[in-house]
Amino acid sequence: MTLKLGVPSKGRLMEETFAWFGARGVTLEQTGSDREYAGAVSGVDDVELILMSAGEIPRELAAGRIDLGVTGTDLVREKIPQWSEQIEPLAELGFGFADLIIAVPRFWADVSTLDDLDAVAARFRAKHGFRLRIATKYHRLVREHLKEAGVADYQLVDSQGATEGTIKNGTAEAVADITSTGATLEANHLKVLGGEPVLRSQATFFASKTSDLSGKDQTAFAALKAKLGL
Amino acid sequence: MTSKADIKAEAARLLATFQSNGAQLVETDLLQPSEVMLDLYGEDIRARAYVTSDPVRGEQMLRPDFTVPIVQAHMTEGAEPARYTYMGEVFRKQDAGTGRASEYMQVGYEVFDRTDPIGADAEVFALFSEVLQDTPLQASIGDIGVLIAAVQGLTTSDRRRAALMRHIWRPTRFRALLDRFSGRADIPTGRAELISALEGLDVEQIVQGAGPEIGLRSVGDVAERLSALRKDMSVPPIPEDEIEAVSALLAMSISADQAVGQLADIANQFPAIKTAAQRFAKRLNALKARGVDATGVLYEGSYGRTSMEYYDGFVFGFAANGQTPVASGGRYDALTRVLGQGRNIPAVGGVIRPELLLEVTS
Repeated sequence: MTLKLGVPSKGRLMEETFAWFGARGVTLEQTGSDREYAGAVSGVDDVELILMSAGEIPRELAAGRIDLGVTGTDLVREKIPQWSEQIEPLAELGFGFADLIIAVPRFWADVSTLDDLDAVAARFRAKHGFRLRIATKYHRLVREHLKEAGVADYQLVDSQGATEGTIKNGTAEAVADITSTGATLEANHLKVLGGEPVLRSQATFFASKTSDLSGKDQTAFAALKAKLGL
Repeated sequence: MTSKADIKAEAARLLATFQSNGAQLVETDLLQPSEVMLDLYGEDIRARAYVTSDPVRGEQMLRPDFTVPIVQAHMTEGAEPARYTYMGEVFRKQDAGTGRASEYMQVGYEVFDRTDPIGADAEVFALFSEVLQDTPLQASIGDIGVLIAAVQGLTTSDRRRAALMRHIWRPTRFRALLDRFSGRADIPTGRAELISALEGLDVEQIVQGAGPEIGLRSVGDVAERLSALRKDMSVPPIPEDEIEAVSALLAMSISADQAVGQLADIANQFPAIKTAAQRFAKRLNALKARGVDATGVLYEGSYGRTSMEYYDGFVFGFAANGQTPVASGGRYDALTRVLGQGRNIPAVGGVIRPELLLEVTS
Protein backbone atom coordinates (compact mmCIF):
# COMPACT_ATOMS: atom_id res chain seq x y z
CA MET A 1 0.00 0.00 0.00
CA THR A 2 0.96 3.62 -0.49
CA LEU A 3 -0.26 6.82 1.09
CA LYS A 4 -2.78 8.52 -1.17
CA LEU A 5 -2.32 12.30 -1.41
CA GLY A 6 -5.18 14.26 -3.03
CA VAL A 7 -4.26 17.56 -4.68
CA PRO A 8 -6.46 19.96 -6.69
CA SER A 9 -6.23 18.96 -10.32
CA LYS A 10 -5.89 22.33 -11.98
CA GLY A 11 -5.09 26.01 -11.79
CA ARG A 12 -3.17 28.10 -9.31
CA LEU A 13 -4.16 25.96 -6.37
CA MET A 14 -2.40 22.97 -7.99
CA GLU A 15 0.67 25.00 -8.96
CA GLU A 16 1.06 26.59 -5.55
CA THR A 17 0.58 23.23 -3.84
CA PHE A 18 3.31 21.73 -6.04
CA ALA A 19 5.55 24.69 -5.17
CA TRP A 20 4.89 24.35 -1.42
CA PHE A 21 5.82 20.65 -1.42
CA GLY A 22 8.73 21.29 -3.85
CA ALA A 23 10.26 23.88 -1.53
CA ARG A 24 10.39 21.17 1.15
CA GLY A 25 12.05 18.57 -1.04
CA VAL A 26 8.97 16.67 -2.12
CA THR A 27 8.45 16.93 -5.86
CA LEU A 28 4.91 16.54 -7.16
CA GLU A 29 4.42 16.42 -10.92
CA GLN A 30 1.68 15.90 -13.38
CA THR A 31 2.72 13.08 -15.72
CA GLY A 32 1.78 12.72 -19.34
CA SER A 33 0.04 15.66 -20.95
CA ASP A 34 -1.16 18.58 -18.86
CA ARG A 35 -4.70 17.35 -19.43
CA GLU A 36 -4.08 13.96 -17.92
CA TYR A 37 -4.96 13.59 -14.24
CA ALA A 38 -2.03 11.35 -13.35
CA GLY A 39 0.86 12.36 -11.15
CA ALA A 40 4.16 11.28 -9.71
CA VAL A 41 5.92 11.91 -6.41
CA SER A 42 9.64 11.95 -5.80
CA GLY A 43 11.73 12.78 -2.77
CA VAL A 44 9.75 10.46 -0.46
CA ASP A 45 8.74 6.81 -0.73
CA ASP A 46 5.32 5.21 -0.80
CA VAL A 47 3.27 8.35 -1.50
CA GLU A 48 0.90 8.35 -4.46
CA LEU A 49 -0.35 11.62 -6.00
CA ILE A 50 -4.01 11.75 -6.95
CA LEU A 51 -5.23 14.79 -8.86
CA MET A 52 -8.87 15.52 -8.21
CA SER A 53 -11.45 18.30 -7.95
CA ALA A 54 -10.73 20.50 -4.90
CA GLY A 55 -14.42 20.27 -4.02
CA GLU A 56 -14.29 16.48 -3.71
CA ILE A 57 -11.18 16.30 -1.54
CA PRO A 58 -13.04 16.96 1.78
CA ARG A 59 -15.49 14.12 1.13
CA GLU A 60 -12.76 11.67 0.11
CA LEU A 61 -10.73 12.56 3.23
CA ALA A 62 -13.75 12.13 5.49
CA ALA A 63 -14.51 8.75 3.93
CA GLY A 64 -10.87 7.66 4.26
CA ARG A 65 -10.52 6.90 0.57
CA ILE A 66 -7.51 9.20 0.50
CA ASP A 67 -5.11 9.58 3.44
CA LEU A 68 -3.88 13.12 2.83
CA GLY A 69 -5.17 16.07 0.87
CA VAL A 70 -4.85 19.76 0.13
CA THR A 71 -8.00 21.87 -0.03
CA GLY A 72 -9.56 25.04 1.38
CA THR A 73 -10.80 25.19 4.97
CA ASP A 74 -14.06 26.66 3.62
CA LEU A 75 -14.83 23.49 1.66
CA VAL A 76 -14.04 21.19 4.58
CA ARG A 77 -16.21 23.14 7.00
CA GLU A 78 -19.11 23.51 4.58
CA LYS A 79 -19.20 19.95 3.35
CA ILE A 80 -18.29 17.82 6.37
CA PRO A 81 -20.48 17.95 9.49
CA GLN A 82 -18.38 17.59 12.68
CA TRP A 83 -15.38 17.78 10.38
CA SER A 84 -12.79 17.81 13.15
CA GLU A 85 -13.74 14.27 14.12
CA GLN A 86 -12.90 12.98 10.68
CA ILE A 87 -10.20 15.26 9.34
CA GLU A 88 -7.13 16.78 10.96
CA PRO A 89 -5.38 19.91 9.66
CA LEU A 90 -1.58 19.39 9.46
CA ALA A 91 -0.44 22.74 8.07
CA GLU A 92 -1.82 25.98 6.69
CA LEU A 93 -0.09 26.52 3.39
CA GLY A 94 -0.14 30.32 3.21
CA PHE A 95 -1.93 30.70 -0.12
CA GLY A 96 -5.42 30.38 -1.52
CA PHE A 97 -6.61 32.99 0.98
CA ALA A 98 -10.31 33.71 0.82
CA ASP A 99 -12.89 35.02 3.25
CA LEU A 100 -16.50 33.96 3.30
CA ILE A 101 -18.32 37.24 3.73
CA ILE A 102 -21.84 38.64 3.69
CA ALA A 103 -22.42 41.57 1.36
CA VAL A 104 -25.32 43.94 0.74
CA PRO A 105 -25.96 46.70 -1.82
CA ARG A 106 -23.65 49.67 -1.29
CA PHE A 107 -26.55 52.12 -1.11
CA TRP A 108 -27.82 50.44 2.07
CA ALA A 109 -26.25 53.26 4.08
CA ASP A 110 -28.09 52.11 7.22
CA VAL A 111 -26.54 48.63 7.22
CA SER A 112 -23.05 47.86 8.45
CA THR A 113 -23.47 44.97 10.91
CA LEU A 114 -25.38 41.70 11.28
CA ASP A 115 -27.49 43.54 13.81
CA ASP A 116 -28.61 45.93 11.08
CA LEU A 117 -29.20 43.05 8.70
CA ASP A 118 -31.52 41.43 11.25
CA ALA A 119 -33.53 44.63 11.70
CA VAL A 120 -33.75 45.12 7.94
CA ALA A 121 -34.88 41.49 7.48
CA ALA A 122 -37.76 42.08 9.91
CA ARG A 123 -38.94 45.18 8.00
CA PHE A 124 -38.45 43.46 4.68
CA ARG A 125 -40.58 40.47 5.66
CA ALA A 126 -43.34 42.69 7.02
CA LYS A 127 -43.39 44.70 3.80
CA HIS A 128 -43.01 41.96 1.19
CA GLY A 129 -44.56 38.96 2.92
CA PHE A 130 -41.51 36.75 2.50
CA ARG A 131 -38.16 36.44 4.19
CA LEU A 132 -35.13 38.46 3.07
CA ARG A 133 -33.17 36.31 0.63
CA ILE A 134 -29.44 35.68 0.93
CA ALA A 135 -27.87 33.97 -2.07
CA THR A 136 -25.02 31.55 -1.35
CA LYS A 137 -23.60 28.12 -1.91
CA TYR A 138 -22.23 27.93 1.65
CA HIS A 139 -25.54 27.04 3.31
CA ARG A 140 -24.25 25.37 6.45
CA LEU A 141 -21.60 27.96 7.32
CA VAL A 142 -23.86 30.93 6.68
CA ARG A 143 -26.81 29.43 8.55
CA GLU A 144 -24.68 28.66 11.60
CA HIS A 145 -23.09 32.11 11.54
CA LEU A 146 -26.47 33.87 11.36
CA LYS A 147 -27.94 31.65 14.04
CA GLU A 148 -25.05 32.49 16.34
CA ALA A 149 -25.66 36.19 15.75
CA GLY A 150 -29.42 35.82 16.31
CA VAL A 151 -30.42 36.96 12.82
CA ALA A 152 -34.00 35.97 11.95
CA ASP A 153 -36.47 36.45 9.10
CA TYR A 154 -34.03 35.54 6.34
CA GLN A 155 -33.89 32.63 3.91
CA LEU A 156 -31.02 31.18 1.96
CA VAL A 157 -31.38 30.79 -1.78
CA ASP A 158 -28.96 28.52 -3.56
CA SER A 159 -26.52 30.12 -5.95
CA GLN A 160 -23.71 28.00 -7.37
CA GLY A 161 -22.08 30.79 -9.34
CA ALA A 162 -22.25 34.48 -10.32
CA THR A 163 -23.70 35.01 -6.84
CA GLU A 164 -22.86 38.73 -6.79
CA GLY A 165 -25.26 39.25 -9.69
CA THR A 166 -28.31 37.84 -7.93
CA ILE A 167 -29.30 41.11 -6.26
CA LYS A 168 -29.43 43.05 -9.50
CA ASN A 169 -31.34 40.16 -11.06
CA GLY A 170 -33.95 40.40 -8.34
CA THR A 171 -33.47 36.90 -6.91
CA ALA A 172 -31.80 37.94 -3.63
CA GLU A 173 -31.37 40.95 -1.34
CA ALA A 174 -27.94 40.01 0.04
CA VAL A 175 -25.17 37.53 -0.81
CA ALA A 176 -22.72 35.35 1.11
CA ASP A 177 -19.72 34.34 -0.92
CA ILE A 178 -15.98 33.78 -0.95
CA THR A 179 -13.94 36.82 -1.82
CA SER A 180 -10.21 37.34 -2.05
CA THR A 181 -9.85 40.89 -3.37
CA GLY A 182 -13.36 42.31 -3.25
CA ALA A 183 -13.14 43.48 -6.89
CA THR A 184 -16.21 41.49 -7.97
CA LEU A 185 -18.22 42.88 -5.08
CA GLU A 186 -17.17 46.41 -5.97
CA ALA A 187 -18.10 45.91 -9.62
CA ASN A 188 -21.53 44.68 -8.59
CA HIS A 189 -22.20 47.68 -6.30
CA LEU A 190 -21.94 45.66 -3.09
CA LYS A 191 -20.24 46.23 0.25
CA VAL A 192 -19.08 43.76 2.88
CA LEU A 193 -20.68 43.83 6.34
CA GLY A 194 -18.34 44.92 9.12
CA GLY A 195 -17.02 42.62 11.83
CA GLU A 196 -15.49 39.19 11.49
CA PRO A 197 -16.14 37.32 8.23
CA VAL A 198 -18.20 34.13 8.36
CA LEU A 199 -14.95 32.24 7.83
CA ARG A 200 -11.32 32.97 6.97
CA SER A 201 -10.11 30.28 4.62
CA GLN A 202 -6.79 29.26 3.09
CA ALA A 203 -5.32 26.22 1.39
CA THR A 204 -4.58 23.66 4.09
CA PHE A 205 -2.85 20.28 4.20
CA PHE A 206 -5.19 17.76 5.86
CA ALA A 207 -4.91 14.17 7.04
CA SER A 208 -7.86 11.80 7.18
CA LYS A 209 -8.65 10.41 10.64
CA THR A 210 -10.78 7.64 9.19
CA SER A 211 -8.34 6.01 6.76
CA ASP A 212 -6.76 2.84 8.04
CA LEU A 213 -2.98 3.12 7.87
CA SER A 214 -0.92 -0.08 7.80
CA GLY A 215 2.45 -0.28 9.54
CA LYS A 216 4.25 0.50 6.33
CA ASP A 217 1.98 3.50 5.70
CA GLN A 218 2.70 4.78 9.20
CA THR A 219 6.40 4.74 8.41
CA ALA A 220 5.81 6.56 5.12
CA PHE A 221 3.59 9.10 6.89
CA ALA A 222 6.24 9.77 9.54
CA ALA A 223 8.91 10.15 6.84
CA LEU A 224 6.74 12.57 4.85
CA LYS A 225 6.00 14.68 7.93
CA ALA A 226 9.70 14.79 8.82
CA LYS A 227 10.60 15.88 5.29
CA LEU A 228 7.92 18.61 5.32
CA GLY A 229 9.04 19.73 8.78
CA LEU A 230 5.63 19.06 10.39
CA MET B 1 -32.67 -1.05 22.63
CA THR B 2 -36.47 -1.03 22.50
CA SER B 3 -37.87 -2.80 19.44
CA LYS B 4 -39.96 -0.91 16.93
CA ALA B 5 -42.84 -3.29 17.54
CA ASP B 6 -42.84 -2.46 21.25
CA ILE B 7 -42.69 1.26 20.54
CA LYS B 8 -45.62 0.97 18.16
CA ALA B 9 -47.65 -1.02 20.70
CA GLU B 10 -46.94 1.65 23.34
CA ALA B 11 -47.95 4.37 20.87
CA ALA B 12 -51.19 2.54 20.16
CA ARG B 13 -51.92 2.31 23.88
CA LEU B 14 -51.41 6.08 24.31
CA LEU B 15 -53.51 6.77 21.23
CA ALA B 16 -56.34 4.67 22.65
CA THR B 17 -56.17 6.64 25.91
CA PHE B 18 -56.45 9.92 24.03
CA GLN B 19 -59.30 8.55 21.92
CA SER B 20 -61.19 7.42 25.01
CA ASN B 21 -60.83 11.00 26.22
CA GLY B 22 -62.95 12.09 23.27
CA ALA B 23 -60.27 12.91 20.69
CA GLN B 24 -60.87 12.24 17.04
CA LEU B 25 -58.16 10.29 15.18
CA VAL B 26 -56.41 12.18 12.34
CA GLU B 27 -53.79 11.09 9.84
CA THR B 28 -51.39 13.47 8.09
CA ASP B 29 -49.04 13.12 5.12
CA LEU B 30 -45.40 12.19 5.64
CA LEU B 31 -44.37 14.59 2.90
CA GLN B 32 -45.04 18.21 3.80
CA PRO B 33 -44.47 21.21 1.52
CA SER B 34 -41.23 22.96 2.53
CA GLU B 35 -42.53 26.40 1.81
CA VAL B 36 -44.99 26.48 4.72
CA MET B 37 -42.44 25.05 7.16
CA LEU B 38 -39.69 27.44 6.04
CA ASP B 39 -41.99 30.42 6.25
CA LEU B 40 -42.98 29.49 9.80
CA TYR B 41 -39.70 28.30 11.24
CA GLY B 42 -37.04 29.94 9.08
CA GLU B 43 -33.79 28.47 7.88
CA ASP B 44 -33.17 26.53 11.09
CA ILE B 45 -35.77 23.99 10.06
CA ARG B 46 -33.86 23.28 6.85
CA ALA B 47 -30.87 22.30 8.94
CA ARG B 48 -33.02 19.94 11.02
CA ALA B 49 -35.51 18.51 8.53
CA TYR B 50 -34.96 16.05 5.71
CA VAL B 51 -35.57 17.93 2.51
CA THR B 52 -36.40 16.22 -0.74
CA SER B 53 -37.67 17.45 -4.05
CA ASP B 54 -40.56 16.50 -6.22
CA PRO B 55 -40.62 17.56 -9.88
CA VAL B 56 -44.29 18.55 -9.63
CA ARG B 57 -44.91 19.49 -5.98
CA GLY B 58 -41.56 21.23 -5.48
CA GLU B 59 -39.42 21.01 -2.36
CA GLN B 60 -40.89 18.73 0.30
CA MET B 61 -39.93 17.84 3.85
CA LEU B 62 -40.29 14.58 5.67
CA ARG B 63 -42.78 15.57 8.41
CA PRO B 64 -40.66 17.39 11.05
CA ASP B 65 -43.67 17.79 13.36
CA PHE B 66 -47.40 17.22 13.50
CA THR B 67 -48.59 20.62 14.64
CA VAL B 68 -48.55 22.34 11.25
CA PRO B 69 -50.45 19.65 9.29
CA ILE B 70 -52.95 19.20 12.14
CA VAL B 71 -53.67 22.94 12.29
CA GLN B 72 -54.00 23.05 8.49
CA ALA B 73 -56.41 20.12 8.48
CA HIS B 74 -58.49 21.74 11.21
CA MET B 75 -58.55 25.09 9.42
CA THR B 76 -59.82 23.58 6.18
CA GLU B 77 -62.29 20.99 7.38
CA GLY B 78 -62.59 20.99 11.16
CA ALA B 79 -65.67 21.76 13.23
CA GLU B 80 -65.38 23.61 16.56
CA PRO B 81 -64.60 22.79 19.24
CA ALA B 82 -62.36 19.88 18.29
CA ARG B 83 -60.07 17.41 20.01
CA TYR B 84 -57.60 15.47 17.87
CA THR B 85 -55.19 12.65 18.43
CA TYR B 86 -52.60 11.14 16.10
CA MET B 87 -49.59 8.87 16.07
CA GLY B 88 -46.74 8.53 13.62
CA GLU B 89 -43.10 9.17 12.83
CA VAL B 90 -41.40 12.54 12.71
CA PHE B 91 -37.97 13.07 11.19
CA ARG B 92 -35.20 15.33 12.45
CA LYS B 93 -31.54 15.38 11.46
CA GLN B 94 -29.26 15.05 14.48
CA ASP B 95 -25.62 16.03 14.91
CA ALA B 96 -23.08 13.22 14.77
CA GLY B 97 -22.17 11.86 18.17
CA THR B 98 -25.33 12.94 20.00
CA GLY B 99 -26.85 9.48 19.62
CA ARG B 100 -30.31 11.04 19.29
CA ALA B 101 -32.84 9.31 17.07
CA SER B 102 -33.51 11.00 13.75
CA GLU B 103 -36.75 9.08 13.17
CA TYR B 104 -39.14 8.62 16.06
CA MET B 105 -42.79 8.12 16.97
CA GLN B 106 -44.96 10.80 18.48
CA VAL B 107 -48.46 10.47 19.87
CA GLY B 108 -50.29 13.74 20.31
CA TYR B 109 -53.41 15.35 21.69
CA GLU B 110 -54.59 18.80 20.54
CA VAL B 111 -57.55 20.90 21.65
CA PHE B 112 -59.06 23.64 19.46
CA ASP B 113 -61.54 25.52 21.62
CA ARG B 114 -62.24 29.24 21.80
CA THR B 115 -64.68 29.20 24.71
CA ASP B 116 -62.37 28.40 27.61
CA PRO B 117 -58.62 28.59 26.85
CA ILE B 118 -57.58 28.26 30.49
CA GLY B 119 -59.78 25.19 30.89
CA ALA B 120 -58.25 23.73 27.72
CA ASP B 121 -54.70 24.33 29.04
CA ALA B 122 -55.64 22.54 32.25
CA GLU B 123 -57.35 19.71 30.39
CA VAL B 124 -54.27 18.94 28.27
CA PHE B 125 -51.77 19.17 31.14
CA ALA B 126 -53.96 17.11 33.50
CA LEU B 127 -54.41 14.43 30.85
CA PHE B 128 -50.64 14.22 30.24
CA SER B 129 -49.98 14.11 34.02
CA GLU B 130 -52.41 11.25 34.37
CA VAL B 131 -50.91 9.27 31.47
CA LEU B 132 -47.40 9.80 32.90
CA GLN B 133 -48.29 9.51 36.60
CA ASP B 134 -46.30 6.39 37.50
CA THR B 135 -43.06 7.59 35.91
CA PRO B 136 -40.03 9.26 37.52
CA LEU B 137 -40.49 12.30 35.25
CA GLN B 138 -40.36 15.89 36.51
CA ALA B 139 -43.13 18.13 35.19
CA SER B 140 -42.16 21.69 34.29
CA ILE B 141 -44.42 24.51 33.19
CA GLY B 142 -43.91 28.03 31.95
CA ASP B 143 -45.92 30.84 30.45
CA ILE B 144 -44.69 32.71 27.38
CA GLY B 145 -47.79 34.90 27.79
CA VAL B 146 -46.22 36.43 30.92
CA LEU B 147 -43.05 37.32 28.98
CA ILE B 148 -45.07 38.79 26.11
CA ALA B 149 -47.04 40.93 28.57
CA ALA B 150 -43.79 42.08 30.18
CA VAL B 151 -42.28 43.14 26.84
CA GLN B 152 -45.50 44.91 25.79
CA GLY B 153 -45.47 46.79 29.08
CA LEU B 154 -41.92 48.17 28.86
CA THR B 155 -41.62 51.96 28.87
CA THR B 156 -39.94 52.45 25.51
CA SER B 157 -40.66 53.02 21.81
CA ASP B 158 -42.91 50.76 19.72
CA ARG B 159 -39.93 49.91 17.56
CA ARG B 160 -37.86 48.72 20.50
CA ARG B 161 -40.76 46.69 21.89
CA ALA B 162 -41.26 45.07 18.48
CA ALA B 163 -37.55 44.19 18.29
CA LEU B 164 -37.72 42.52 21.71
CA MET B 165 -40.94 40.68 20.83
CA ARG B 166 -39.31 39.17 17.74
CA HIS B 167 -36.47 37.77 19.81
CA ILE B 168 -38.35 36.37 22.83
CA TRP B 169 -37.51 32.91 21.46
CA ARG B 170 -33.78 33.71 21.06
CA PRO B 171 -32.58 34.27 24.65
CA THR B 172 -29.04 35.49 23.87
CA ARG B 173 -30.18 38.04 21.35
CA PHE B 174 -33.07 39.11 23.59
CA ARG B 175 -30.65 39.78 26.43
CA ALA B 176 -28.30 41.74 24.15
CA LEU B 177 -31.16 43.97 22.98
CA LEU B 178 -32.43 44.44 26.54
CA ASP B 179 -28.94 45.50 27.64
CA ARG B 180 -28.68 47.98 24.79
CA PHE B 181 -32.15 49.45 25.23
CA SER B 182 -31.54 49.93 28.93
CA GLY B 183 -28.22 51.69 28.38
CA ARG B 184 -26.22 48.85 29.97
CA ALA B 185 -24.53 48.05 26.66
CA ASP B 186 -23.24 50.41 24.00
CA ILE B 187 -25.10 51.09 20.81
CA PRO B 188 -23.48 49.36 17.80
CA THR B 189 -20.17 50.91 16.78
CA GLY B 190 -20.41 53.42 14.00
CA ARG B 191 -24.10 54.14 14.46
CA ALA B 192 -23.66 57.45 16.28
CA GLU B 193 -21.13 58.57 13.65
CA LEU B 194 -23.47 57.52 10.86
CA ILE B 195 -26.37 59.45 12.35
CA SER B 196 -24.39 62.58 13.10
CA ALA B 197 -22.90 62.54 9.60
CA LEU B 198 -26.42 62.74 8.20
CA GLU B 199 -27.42 65.69 10.35
CA GLY B 200 -28.99 68.44 8.26
CA LEU B 201 -28.44 66.66 4.97
CA ASP B 202 -30.89 65.24 2.46
CA VAL B 203 -30.95 61.56 3.42
CA GLU B 204 -32.32 60.27 0.12
CA GLN B 205 -29.59 62.10 -1.75
CA ILE B 206 -26.89 60.58 0.45
CA VAL B 207 -28.34 57.12 -0.04
CA GLN B 208 -28.53 57.53 -3.78
CA GLY B 209 -24.95 58.79 -3.87
CA ALA B 210 -23.69 55.65 -2.12
CA GLY B 211 -24.46 53.37 -5.05
CA PRO B 212 -27.10 52.41 -7.58
CA GLU B 213 -30.46 51.19 -6.25
CA ILE B 214 -30.43 47.43 -6.87
CA GLY B 215 -32.71 44.72 -5.53
CA LEU B 216 -36.14 44.84 -3.92
CA ARG B 217 -35.20 47.05 -0.99
CA SER B 218 -35.60 50.67 -2.12
CA VAL B 219 -33.87 53.98 -1.43
CA GLY B 220 -37.06 54.94 0.40
CA ASP B 221 -36.70 51.91 2.70
CA VAL B 222 -33.12 52.88 3.53
CA ALA B 223 -34.04 56.52 4.18
CA GLU B 224 -36.96 55.43 6.35
CA ARG B 225 -34.74 53.25 8.53
CA LEU B 226 -32.08 55.96 8.82
CA SER B 227 -34.65 58.39 10.13
CA ALA B 228 -35.96 55.72 12.52
CA LEU B 229 -32.40 55.17 13.77
CA ARG B 230 -32.02 58.89 14.31
CA LYS B 231 -35.23 58.97 16.36
CA ASP B 232 -34.07 55.90 18.27
CA MET B 233 -30.95 57.78 19.44
CA SER B 234 -33.15 60.00 21.61
CA VAL B 235 -35.33 57.22 23.09
CA PRO B 236 -34.62 57.19 26.84
CA PRO B 237 -33.31 53.94 28.34
CA ILE B 238 -35.82 51.43 29.69
CA PRO B 239 -36.16 52.13 33.45
CA GLU B 240 -33.96 50.02 35.69
CA ASP B 241 -36.86 48.60 37.76
CA GLU B 242 -38.56 47.27 34.62
CA ILE B 243 -35.35 45.54 33.49
CA GLU B 244 -35.05 44.02 36.95
CA ALA B 245 -38.66 42.77 36.76
CA VAL B 246 -38.05 41.14 33.36
CA SER B 247 -34.81 39.56 34.60
CA ALA B 248 -36.61 38.24 37.68
CA LEU B 249 -39.37 36.72 35.52
CA LEU B 250 -36.84 35.01 33.25
CA ALA B 251 -34.85 33.62 36.18
CA MET B 252 -37.83 32.11 38.04
CA SER B 253 -37.44 28.44 38.93
CA ILE B 254 -39.76 27.48 41.75
CA SER B 255 -42.62 25.15 42.56
CA ALA B 256 -45.75 26.14 40.60
CA ASP B 257 -47.62 26.64 43.85
CA GLN B 258 -45.17 29.26 45.06
CA ALA B 259 -44.87 30.81 41.60
CA VAL B 260 -48.32 32.40 42.01
CA GLY B 261 -47.13 34.51 44.93
CA GLN B 262 -43.83 35.38 43.29
CA LEU B 263 -45.55 36.48 40.08
CA ALA B 264 -47.95 38.60 42.13
CA ASP B 265 -44.99 40.26 43.88
CA ILE B 266 -43.34 41.07 40.56
CA ALA B 267 -46.69 42.37 39.25
CA ASN B 268 -46.82 44.81 42.18
CA GLN B 269 -43.53 46.31 41.00
CA PHE B 270 -44.38 45.99 37.32
CA PRO B 271 -48.17 46.19 36.82
CA ALA B 272 -47.96 45.40 33.09
CA ILE B 273 -47.88 41.68 33.87
CA LYS B 274 -50.79 41.79 36.32
CA THR B 275 -53.39 40.32 33.95
CA ALA B 276 -50.99 37.64 32.74
CA ALA B 277 -50.06 36.74 36.34
CA GLN B 278 -53.77 36.46 37.24
CA ARG B 279 -54.30 34.24 34.21
CA PHE B 280 -51.50 32.00 35.46
CA ALA B 281 -53.12 31.81 38.91
CA LYS B 282 -56.49 30.92 37.37
CA ARG B 283 -54.87 28.21 35.25
CA LEU B 284 -53.15 26.76 38.28
CA ASN B 285 -56.49 26.63 40.11
CA ALA B 286 -58.01 24.88 37.09
CA LEU B 287 -55.14 22.36 37.23
CA LYS B 288 -55.71 21.73 40.94
CA ALA B 289 -59.43 21.27 40.31
CA ARG B 290 -58.44 18.49 37.93
CA GLY B 291 -56.37 16.83 40.62
CA VAL B 292 -52.86 18.02 39.68
CA ASP B 293 -50.49 18.35 42.65
CA ALA B 294 -49.02 21.81 41.97
CA THR B 295 -46.28 21.49 44.60
CA GLY B 296 -44.62 18.79 42.49
CA VAL B 297 -44.67 20.89 39.33
CA LEU B 298 -41.75 23.20 38.61
CA TYR B 299 -42.42 26.68 37.20
CA GLU B 300 -39.57 27.91 34.99
CA GLY B 301 -39.64 31.49 33.78
CA SER B 302 -37.73 30.77 30.58
CA TYR B 303 -39.39 27.43 29.79
CA GLY B 304 -40.13 26.92 26.10
CA ARG B 305 -38.06 29.82 24.84
CA THR B 306 -35.47 27.85 22.92
CA SER B 307 -36.97 24.65 21.61
CA MET B 308 -40.56 25.58 20.84
CA GLU B 309 -40.62 28.69 18.74
CA TYR B 310 -44.33 28.87 18.07
CA TYR B 311 -45.61 28.55 21.64
CA ASP B 312 -47.04 31.85 22.87
CA GLY B 313 -48.81 30.99 26.12
CA PHE B 314 -48.83 28.06 28.52
CA VAL B 315 -45.94 25.62 27.94
CA PHE B 316 -45.08 22.33 29.62
CA GLY B 317 -42.76 19.36 29.51
CA PHE B 318 -42.06 16.11 31.34
CA ALA B 319 -38.42 15.05 31.53
CA ALA B 320 -35.99 12.95 33.54
CA ASN B 321 -33.31 15.32 34.88
CA GLY B 322 -31.73 17.14 31.99
CA GLN B 323 -32.73 14.55 29.38
CA THR B 324 -34.76 15.08 26.21
CA PRO B 325 -38.37 15.61 27.35
CA VAL B 326 -40.54 12.50 27.10
CA ALA B 327 -43.53 14.76 26.58
CA SER B 328 -43.92 18.44 25.76
CA GLY B 329 -46.52 20.87 24.56
CA GLY B 330 -48.13 24.24 24.88
CA ARG B 331 -50.45 26.86 23.48
CA TYR B 332 -49.92 28.14 19.93
CA ASP B 333 -52.64 30.66 19.15
CA ALA B 334 -50.39 32.77 16.88
CA LEU B 335 -49.54 29.76 14.72
CA THR B 336 -53.21 29.18 13.92
CA ARG B 337 -53.48 32.86 12.95
CA VAL B 338 -50.56 32.54 10.51
CA LEU B 339 -51.81 29.28 8.99
CA GLY B 340 -55.46 30.35 9.05
CA GLN B 341 -54.87 33.32 6.73
CA GLY B 342 -57.05 35.74 8.61
CA ARG B 343 -58.94 33.20 10.70
CA ASN B 344 -57.64 31.87 13.96
CA ILE B 345 -58.57 29.53 16.75
CA PRO B 346 -57.00 29.24 20.19
CA ALA B 347 -55.19 25.91 20.31
CA VAL B 348 -53.21 23.92 22.86
CA GLY B 349 -51.74 20.45 22.73
CA GLY B 350 -48.76 18.24 23.26
CA VAL B 351 -46.94 15.09 22.23
CA ILE B 352 -45.51 12.05 23.97
CA ARG B 353 -42.58 10.06 22.61
CA PRO B 354 -43.46 6.42 23.33
CA GLU B 355 -39.89 5.20 22.89
CA LEU B 356 -38.58 7.54 25.60
CA LEU B 357 -41.53 6.69 27.82
CA LEU B 358 -40.69 2.97 27.57
CA GLU B 359 -37.06 3.75 28.45
CA VAL B 360 -38.00 5.46 31.71
CA THR B 361 -40.66 2.97 32.74
CA SER B 362 -38.83 -0.29 31.97
